[in-house]
Amino acid sequence: MATETAIENNAAIGEINKYDFRTESKAFFKARKGIDAEIVAQISEMKGEPDWMRDFRLKSLDVFFSKPMPKWGGGIDLDFQDIYYYLKPSEGKGKTWDDVPQEIKDTFDKLGIPEAERKFLAGVKAQFESEVVYGSLKEDLAAKGVIFLDTDSAVREHPELVREYFGKIIPPHDNKFAALNSAVWSGGSFIYIPPGVKIEFPLQAYFRINAENMGQFERTLIIVDEGAEVHYVEGCTAPMYSSESLHSAVVEVVCKRGSRCRYTTIQNWANNIYNLVTKRAMAYADATMEWVDGNLGSKLTMKYPAVYMMEPGARGEILSIAFSSHGQHQDAGAKLVHAAPNTTGQIISKSISKNGGRSSYRGLVRVEKGAKNSKCNVVCDALILDPHSRSDTYPYIEIMEQDVSVGHEASVSRIGEEQLFYLMSRGLSEAEASTMIVNGFIEPLVKELPMEYAVEMNRLIQLQMEGSVG
Amino acid sequence: MSHVLRIENLRVSVDGKPILRGVNLEMKHGETHALMGPNGSGKSTLGLVIAGHPGYEVTDGSIFLDDEDVLEMEADGRARAGIFMAFQRPASVPGVKMADFLRHATTNVRRPDRKEGEELIPMREFRQELKAKMEQLKMDPEFARRYVNDGFSGGEMKRAEILQLAMLQPKFAILDETDSGLDADAVRLASASIAEIGREKMGLLIITHHDKLLEHNPPQFTHVMLGGRIVETGGPELAHELYSQGYDRIRAAYPEADRANQEMLSDEAAEFALG
Repeated sequence: MATETAIENNAAIGEINKYDFRTESKAFFKARKGIDAEIVAQISEMKGEPDWMRDFRLKSLDVFFSKPMPKWGGGIDLDFQDIYYYLKPSEGKGKTWDDVPQEIKDTFDKLGIPEAERKFLAGVKAQFESEVVYGSLKEDLAAKGVIFLDTDSAVREHPELVREYFGKIIPPHDNKFAALNSAVWSGGSFIYIPPGVKIEFPLQAYFRINAENMGQFERTLIIVDEGAEVHYVEGCTAPMYSSESLHSAVVEVVCKRGSRCRYTTIQNWANNIYNLVTKRAMAYADATMEWVDGNLGSKLTMKYPAVYMMEPGARGEILSIAFSSHGQHQDAGAKLVHAAPNTTGQIISKSISKNGGRSSYRGLVRVEKGAKNSKCNVVCDALILDPHSRSDTYPYIEIMEQDVSVGHEASVSRIGEEQLFYLMSRGLSEAEASTMIVNGFIEPLVKELPMEYAVEMNRLIQLQMEGSVG
Repeated sequence: MSHVLRIENLRVSVDGKPILRGVNLEMKHGETHALMGPNGSGKSTLGLVIAGHPGYEVTDGSIFLDDEDVLEMEADGRARAGIFMAFQRPASVPGVKMADFLRHATTNVRRPDRKEGEELIPMREFRQELKAKMEQLKMDPEFARRYVNDGFSGGEMKRAEILQLAMLQPKFAILDETDSGLDADAVRLASASIAEIGREKMGLLIITHHDKLLEHNPPQFTHVMLGGRIVETGGPELAHELYSQGYDRIRAAYPEADRANQEMLSDEAAEFALG
């Protein structure tokens, strides 16, 4: 309830500031509802962007209007003219901790998330301690030539680098929501790792301070130069809520020769959110790209992280976990495109449906002509917790080359009465037993997460399972 | 501390077909009972019903642990009240480590009032105890890190069940053919382990076809099941008679129970053929 009030207030301020948004007042700038060329131009102007970016946005807008809604996935019931596309909180005037709904705070408590991180996660743009904690880290990264900024700042500070890659991995015409993001994007991370630089610890979004990164249309671009390595961690298991019902991000990754990138996302959206995200990486010779993607919550998630293996020896691995509960549809999966010889791909997907939720695996494996001696393996396992829930598998396999090896295994299981009875016969309650079975099911993925995320993930599953049995 | 497990006139059906037809059995804490009988007589069913398996319908009779009505409890409540069954074919739970499972189980059984989410036994303390118990049972420490029954051999499963018996220290334990599928040495080790862990420290109900498991656990009482009833109860000499001479005398003496037993077996066979 508190959020709604806050939004009302912001809207009022937005009205007042509608005509003087250039003044960068201390109050909120909020574009009016809806989407058209004027609003897109306003956003670009607000940000003081170069012409090329403004033109890119406007062209993308045309693409957005020209594209039909996707006919696959889940039903999307959105009125694009009833959404705010840009909200700029000015310094120190953003949401306050008091505006964060109690249930979100309670969940933070249960997850044991540190205070500073909570505020960040809740989108509270207040002073927080990570500035001090991560200050030295930032210096260390900078000394190595690493660029780690929000994407808006990157456009200002590193225009050539951004322009070379921005929208090249995922062009606006790729799909309707990529086009929308290209028109109205805001925030997101920009990372550049110079040749040969290996970052030993995971880079996390909350290292990047005082930045706009919780936007609905964030745009992330990661360039891992030759022989470099990075692990980027985005999001968190804490529930994220948004004042708007649409979250549509674009994430582009370039893995140059011999480099390695792992991108880990765990997202837990509020139940009213359409989460429609395009993620794609291009992996060049002997480079490895790994997506670890966990999706919880939301009304509908459509997300299929992709790796295009462009040159010989490239590797792509995608691990995906989806958890859907009442009123939720996770249409998640992966795409692997083998566009060169001797490329290796792997998809492991695990989905859990409970309490009437629906999880779908949708995956594409394409081996292009000439991609000889490529190997690809797909494993998708679904766990259904009760008779009201649903799981579907939509594997698409396109093979244009003879000399390849492609495997696909799929399994669907229900929590067995025998497993449940066995654990209960040792004193575990039904809820504890179910949670344990579910945690066991996703264990092969959770052990790939950084420690603190693995712990959070397990706690989160426990929370999701609470009250679901009985 | 003299606990009693009392089963009276227990009648149980599956899909409307009677399997247990009036079982009476009384065990005191510290006693060892052997439960014998031909295939299909209802021995495992009796164990599963005591442990609270949801697949059986109790149509009549009662089970009491002291003055607690066992049939009123779910399986977890029974475990917390002190009932344990070592299963013939325990379920596997992939991705769940033996140690994590056992820490939860041990905590709940020792602290029956524990609510979900409350603290578990401290890790250090638990590990030390688990390590000691595993050494006692001559188990590889690596075992604790394996997933529950996942890919276990028959022998490993049985030892895992005995390990759980050792950790949970129930008041009453039902051991369902804990010797089956084991070679002679393994049975001897199992028999000695059970004696060390449970003999006179709990009430033991040992379901077996053979004498080896009883080697270190001579029963004070031997019960013979046929056609879903305990038709005869005797001392250790009855167990000896049955595993040396078989069930011909029993079948002849209780023709009605024998007929019921044949019917249940043919139902089982039909079900198996369909499945």
